Amino acid sequence: MAEAIRRFVPDGSTVALGLALESVIPFAAGHEMIRQGRRELELVGPISDALFDQLIGAGCVRRVTAAWVGNVSEGLGHCYRRACEERVPRSLEVHDHSNFSISLALWAAAWNVPSLPARTLLGSDILRTNPGLVASEGLVQVAAVRPDVAIVHVQRCDEMGRAHTWGPMGITEEAGLAAGRVIITCEELVAAEVILSDPNRILLPETKVVAVVPEPGGAHPSPVQGYFKRDHALYRDYAEQSRSVDGYLAWLEQWVMGVPDRETYLQRLDINPLRVSQHRMSEPVDYGFE
Amino acid sequence: MASSSYTPQELMVAVAAREIQDGDLVFVGMRLPMLAYAVARSAHAPSARGLFEVGLMRDQPAEGFLGTMGDPPNVVGALWATRMSNVMALMAQGSVDLGFIGGAEVDRFGNLNTSYVGEPAHPTVKLPGSGGGADIAILSRRWVTLMSHERRRLVDRVSFITSPGYGDGTPHWRKRNGLLGGGPVAIITTLSVLRFPELGGEAYLASVHPGHTVEEVRAETGWDLKLADDVSETPAPTESELSAIRRFDPEGFWTRSA
Repeated sequence: MAEAIRRFVPDGSTVALGLALESVIPFAAGHEMIRQGRRELELVGPISDALFDQLIGAGCVRRVTAAWVGNVSEGLGHCYRRACEERVPRSLEVHDHSNFSISLALWAAAWNVPSLPARTLLGSDILRTNPGLVASEGLVQVAAVRPDVAIVHVQRCDEMGRAHTWGPMGITEEAGLAAGRVIITCEELVAAEVILSDPNRILLPETKVVAVVPEPGGAHPSPVQGYFKRDHALYRDYAEQSRSVDGYLAWLEQWVMGVPDRETYLQRLDINPLRVSQHRMSEPVDYGFE
Repeated sequence: MASSSYTPQELMVAVAAREIQDGDLVFVGMRLPMLAYAVARSAHAPSARGLFEVGLMRDQPAEGFLGTMGDPPNVVGALWATRMSNVMALMAQGSVDLGFIGGAEVDRFGNLNTSYVGEPAHPTVKLPGSGGGADIAILSRRWVTLMSHERRRLVDRVSFITSPGYGDGTPHWRKRNGLLGGGPVAIITTLSVLRFPELGGEAYLASVHPGHTVEEVRAETGWDLKLADDVSETPAPTESELSAIRRFDPEGFWTRSA
């Protein structure tokens, strides 16, 4: 993980993450960005749950281009508020979107066009605060948003970067296609034969993927279908602790700066009750051709 | 348990559930509306379907507790697990009958602010943003919002319209501005239910929750609230509504905390 972040997420990058909304959020990758002291990042996402707030509090972020920043089950993002209201720990530029418009902005970049027209955001003041959204002739032109890198956590992947995911995808596909490169973090590294037995389930083309990081539990506290439940209590604890700068810094020391890697992080949690134990396998499909 | 014993959130969920008609395609959203959908589906709207912007369609409510719409129990038994833009496609076609939106501030014309209190460049409070709220407000056929009834939340005019209701309240504001959907039909609060005239415009007080008064509601509303000709008492949650709510929120995560 440390190498993937060092090589492919330099200071100043535009980084898309948290793309499936509340599940499979690449928290381990985000925490590594904080540990390495990344600066001047632009974060791109839809509804972003807690990870954006953590990166903002650590001073990594220059701009947010997203539909929502906070703590989904708890409400406000306290670091996000402090950055916008008090410039603590630094000022933050916000390019507001709705969920629909950020999706279209990424599809525009994926299809290599300057913008796409939409029927949403007419009559909304979001048009006033985001220069990339312009009303014209009864439609809104949504300007392309092109991330340098998208970071995606998945259930399983092979070493060539062919990832299998299941569950709702949010804006993962358009972000991956729009991004210059993709980092995959995964619960399990599996043989190519496993992945290629079901090509319809492959999330993104291998040509986009520059790094595959096996990182079991790398999405905690967000859930991973078939692997981990959501750690609701941790979101509540984070909301409480991050209410003050001192509380946030104590949280940061305990769970990010004072932890060398995800394996150690997981050892410090009571992680086993969060592991999925009752599996529900789908029926295989038949790719036969003769 | 007597039906006189319920929390304000449980009443709001029951009232929200009654807004769902059988056969509706509902854009469900987060928090209390997730419960409202589950209650409606197990009572008066057995053929409703729910859409979730993460990229899900379901009929039966999820079997397990949901802290968010993206929790794994919401995927099991789904009718469709897909990408967000596919779900938005249905809404852009006018196929979503009812949407739910949470709000921090609402005004007399049903406009919601979930973005900025104060000047956007120097906000006194930075709120989380639209999420899918603006999309639902603009594209669903009708929508409902739920919020705590406080003078600072129900304001004369919001300073920032994240999710448009009836704009400046002039006739046909939505149509003139090209908004596809019909607009808000109800504001469900901790004290009351506000509704809108058939063609939109200014909210009026339709019913007051048991134990509260018209005077209290007006005092907690930041504009001179109009009254329906026949302001009624909001029917309390029934035993079956309460038992459904408690089945889907057994720990009271959504309905028994502040």
